[in-house]
Amino acid sequence: MEKLFKRIPKVGGESEKEPTESSSEGTIEPQDQLKTEKVEKAPEISPEKAKKHEGHTPKFSWSIKPQGDQKPKQAARTDKADIPDDLWIKCAHCKELIYSKEFENNKKVCPKCGFHFRLTAYERVNFTLDEGSFEEINARLVTGDPLNFTTATETYQVKSDQTRAKTGLNESIVTGFGTLEGLPVALAVCDFNYMGGSMGSVFGEKLVRLVEQALERRVPLLAVSASGGARMHEGMFSLMQMAKTTAAFARLGEAGLPFISLLVDPCTGGVIASYASVADIILAEPGALLGFAGPRVIEQVTKQKLPPGFQTAEFFLEHGMIDQVVARKELRPVIAKLLHHYQTAVAQNEAREREVTYAR
Amino acid sequence: MPDKEKDRKDRDKDKKPAISGAWEKVLLARHVQRPHALDFINGLTKDFMELRGDRHFGDDAALVGGIAQFEGRTVMVLGNQKGRDTKENIYRNFGTARAEGYRKAFRLMQHAAKFKLPILTFVDTGGAFPGKESEERGIAVALAENILLMSRLPVPIISLVTGEGGSGGALAISVSDRLLMLENAVYSVASPEGSATILWRDVSQAAAAAEAMKITAPDLLGFGIIDGVIPEPAGGAHTNPNEMMVTAREYMLRNLTELEDKYTSRGEAGIQAMLEARYQKYRKIGSWQELAEQAPELNGLSDILQANPSH
Ligand SMILES: [Zn+2]
Repeated sequence: MEKLFKRIPKVGGESEKEPTESSSEGTIEPQDQLKTEKVEKAPEISPEKAKKHEGHTPKFSWSIKPQGDQKPKQAARTDKADIPDDLWIKCAHCKELIYSKEFENNKKVCPKCGFHFRLTAYERVNFTLDEGSFEEINARLVTGDPLNFTTATETYQVKSDQTRAKTGLNESIVTGFGTLEGLPVALAVCDFNYMGGSMGSVFGEKLVRLVEQALERRVPLLAVSASGGARMHEGMFSLMQMAKTTAAFARLGEAGLPFISLLVDPCTGGVIASYASVADIILAEPGALLGFAGPRVIEQVTKQKLPPGFQTAEFFLEHGMIDQVVARKELRPVIAKLLHHYQTAVAQNEAREREVTYAR
Repeated sequence: MPDKEKDRKDRDKDKKPAISGAWEKVLLARHVQRPHALDFINGLTKDFMELRGDRHFGDDAALVGGIAQFEGRTVMVLGNQKGRDTKENIYRNFGTARAEGYRKAFRLMQHAAKFKLPILTFVDTGGAFPGKESEERGIAVALAENILLMSRLPVPIISLVTGEGGSGGALAISVSDRLLMLENAVYSVASPEGSATILWRDVSQAAAAAEAMKITAPDLLGFGIIDGVIPEPAGGAHTNPNEMMVTAREYMLRNLTELEDKYTSRGEAGIQAMLEARYQKYRKIGSWQELAEQAPELNGLSDILQANPSH
């Protein structure tokens, strides 16, 4: 397990937290060590790339209907704990010292070794969408406790309350609408800090509501998935979310609306074995752990040591499971390019349909 | 669940001492003499012709399927197949299929759609095989594509969990219009051993996990996750396989007839109604609450001012 960045205060010794929690959903790492709730303006994509789509702001087949009462929510979560400008941090991957601001500007990719560190859901939203364009929906859905679940040491209710307090999130997925280089998109983002990004009832319900709204608004959908799989504490309710979400995406597909799935570290179990793998386009970030079963389970079952690089994004690419591995800094332009392709295709198809109608 | 089925279940409950402990049911569900998929296929249908291979990589003996006659209809049948002894279990990979097994199922389900054949599936697996070759051949994608296909397949699908319903490997052949379970079958998000290891950090707590995870047929019927429970002979299906087959055939036939009367006998509109009903069946599964808009900063469930449990 890789360690997260160590915080190295300007004065005094290191304060390294040990990994705090592991669960069904894989090993949860103390991603919050840096407390980088601070949200800066997403760094500009290189100007050439940003310009690409300027020449032809084509008429949109997918239009966003603004919903008056839904304010951008991510702003509320910003600047909780600014990182001092003069903070140096040590990359746990390459052990090099890097300047915290540079790290932030690089979207939490180590400028020295290129290691992609995990993002919170709102960091991902801000790094992905145009600034200020995100309107979150269904942020106030919280889980029930259908099994009245309790082990010898914990109950689901208490764990849920603690997790909400710890993460400031109401669930492991954030959903809403926004624009990406001006192109409208529905966005769903998992947060691995919330019980390993696990999929329970609320995850499923929020995602399905997003798909249904995307169908109404006729916008494409981007899902960024980082999840250890189904949430054990909701038992079969969680397993059934695999069917519920995938069925909704089947409808999105039948309506001719594109679905782009971005797999980020780590994505295993019920999420990668359901909606996240039925997209029109599947992308992954470099080095992400991807797989159905966790590596420890496979080693236990097969009594074999797995080779290095097994179950990475690159492994998935090599075995034909995904379309491309895309570095974080290239994601916005790549997704914008894709959205543009589909938008053009939809416009063409609609024009053809009109011709057919006139010819009759 | 049809009322008749419920009546029958209630009646049977009074008739004999039910096996109620979740762990007891797990052991019964895994009993080596319990009827397996091919037993049900041969017991319920005639002229079964096994169809093999995924046309991409290979054939997987852990997941069997083929075409058969069921009460005067041509149907497609599919099932997870376990073995009875070590040799057979190695051949069947203990009923845990790899990607090629699920891709074979995908192919056969498309085949069923082409010829408008109802699909009957028999679920009995600890899960999809968590091995190196599964990952190399894309088990996650294979499961996902089956779930996608089944959610929109324009033929009736009836799934019967006969033994162990294990996680995604079970779901990928059981997205259905009617999901039934044998009385002593279990269906779970993870095996009791796996759940115990993860949540109790102690594999020896499997029995406690089985209880807490609510994996039995009556539990899941109560949650609205399954549509019916089929009673077993006293002592379990293996004590009287013939009786088990008679009962299972009766339930499967009744459910299929209902789907035919309600949907497939009514042309394209009927098919669309069936797909809508299937979608809504899964759409409503879940348990959530909506915090009131003006709720103060959330600190606990006690702060929830307005609760809307979905079921
Ligand atoms: Zn580094």
